[in-house]
Amino acid sequence: MASKRPISATARLIASPRTVPRAVCPLQSLYSTSQPHPRHNPISHPPRQIPQHQQRFASSSTGYARTPLYDLHVEHGGKMVPFGGFSMPVQYSDLSITQSHNWTREKASLFDVSHMAQHIFSGPGAAGFLARITPASIEGLEKHSSTLSCLLHPGTGGIVDDTIISRLGPEKFYVVTNAGCREKDVAYFTEQLKEWEASNPPVNWERLDSYGLVALQGPLSASILSNALPQEDAASLEKLYFGQSVYMTVAGVPGVLVSRGGYTGEDGFELSVPSPEATISLCKELLSSATPEKLRWAGLGARDSLRLEAGMCLYGHDLDDTTTPVEAALSWIIGKDRRENGGFHGAEIILPQMKTKAKGGTGVTRRRVGFVVDVAPAREGVKVVNKEGEEVGKITSGCPSITLGKNIAMGYVNEGLHKSGTELGVNIRGKIRSATVTKMPFVQSKYWKER
Amino acid sequence: MATRTSLLRTACRAHAAAPQSISRSAFVTAQWRRQNQAPRMFSVAAKVQEKKYTKDHEWIELGEDGKTYTLGITSYAASALGDVIYIELPSSGLEIGAGDAIGAVESVKSASDILTPVSGTVVATNEVLEEKPKVLNDSPEGDGWICRIEGDGTDVEGLMGVGEYKAFTEEEEAH
Repeated sequence: MASKRPISATARLIASPRTVPRAVCPLQSLYSTSQPHPRHNPISHPPRQIPQHQQRFASSSTGYARTPLYDLHVEHGGKMVPFGGFSMPVQYSDLSITQSHNWTREKASLFDVSHMAQHIFSGPGAAGFLARITPASIEGLEKHSSTLSCLLHPGTGGIVDDTIISRLGPEKFYVVTNAGCREKDVAYFTEQLKEWEASNPPVNWERLDSYGLVALQGPLSASILSNALPQEDAASLEKLYFGQSVYMTVAGVPGVLVSRGGYTGEDGFELSVPSPEATISLCKELLSSATPEKLRWAGLGARDSLRLEAGMCLYGHDLDDTTTPVEAALSWIIGKDRRENGGFHGAEIILPQMKTKAKGGTGVTRRRVGFVVDVAPAREGVKVVNKEGEEVGKITSGCPSITLGKNIAMGYVNEGLHKSGTELGVNIRGKIRSATVTKMPFVQSKYWKER
Repeated sequence: MATRTSLLRTACRAHAAAPQSISRSAFVTAQWRRQNQAPRMFSVAAKVQEKKYTKDHEWIELGEDGKTYTLGITSYAASALGDVIYIELPSSGLEIGAGDAIGAVESVKSASDILTPVSGTVVATNEVLEEKPKVLNDSPEGDGWICRIEGDGTDVEGLMGVGEYKAFTEEEEAH
């Protein structure tokens, strides 16, 4: 029973959470600590270009890296836990996870996501390269626009990592990948670039490892950010829609890449800040100008329950190397032009999966769905069963929804059982609880979109 | 104690590294070792004169009849778990052995087993908790008791007095 553990284990972690297990606390994964083995060993073939920002953040004696904001977290009562190779705050002493979750939905929260890996791919081959390794419609991606996508394994179409790709110029892209996949992704990019450049235009890959990244999330985000901008930028914020990015001077820090979006389902922004020092000063300024009445720090705990309510995947849990975008119910990230022409890794597997066998495709055998579960929360690893008690799927994330007051989960079920309203069961500690397949997001998203 | 702690940590690390294949066995091993390396623990022959505590953060108290124990989770555990949203209670009449998981406490962030240090039969459960799980946070060592167990007379092992338990939690915090 994956989700079982004595109180001692949980209490230990929470009280002194130096070692956070994942199954039970879905939180820590947010913190994708999973690092699936790369299929290739690219170390022997370093990329031709020397990344310009290789400086990693300070590492503590515990072996976990620290983001530039580590001291600020501790100062604000952050309970630090290992996540994705970093020591990250799971919550802060001023608010419980429940309170912090609600705070984000009602006011605004600041999340440190500097542990995530930021990259720039540029040069004449950049668009073609990204179009080979992802199913995104790179050609159709306008300047300052972004898209959720996946890095794909050649041959299988399995998901190496999920990622956000933003176009910053005709030949320039900003890419964010998961902290927990950092090593694997670097190996993957290295290998893929080597293959690409054998017969294609060059790509410059720059890792922004000294950059900070913070997420300002919640309904008050726009007014808080607006107050930290020069007047002319403040006016343009209203025209910056969900998924768009633009460079701005924020809280006196020039060259901050402001992207509207996030991982909570609320309106908000992710701010990529060009140095550790500037990241600290920007956060301090945002917090003091917004005041604690409006803006508080929030940690991985609230981030996990917020993203689950928003129906968003967590790599290493809801997605992995063996899962294709179609199985993961992410067909919508496959660009329209890509469905016609393919040309990306695993297209030969993925595109036929989009059509059922009856329509000439191969279909899939399982799909990711959402559930509302009766009585007790179904956590990662819990089996999904049909009326006959046969196993028909597995839960990959689950928690009580703080906003809805009922238990929500996501997981995979056999094809045919994935329709909204399908009544299934979940086996929690030997008892079968009713689980109803439910459309996601569970909580309506409130993105700022062009009306 | 160092050995035990590191074992538990190792178990936790294994969790972090291989999230898809979490086995209970790592924890069971850690616990088994713990119990076998607990020189300070008392053993009482079905007699607990005062409230006693376990390393798994449960408390038990023997009633005036000399055979019925009340079991709950400690204030320390309740506070560490955070907002409790569901408690799975054992069924009345259930026969249990020391070390069994007899129920679970679900908080926003985690699910934790309730382990009994006492062998015997569950004779009552605190049904208030089904309606109001918050009582467990508000009064874990009072109104938030979990169940009553009629002991079968076997020794109850691995218990600490209040001072010892406090020292134990402080040690846990320090690690």
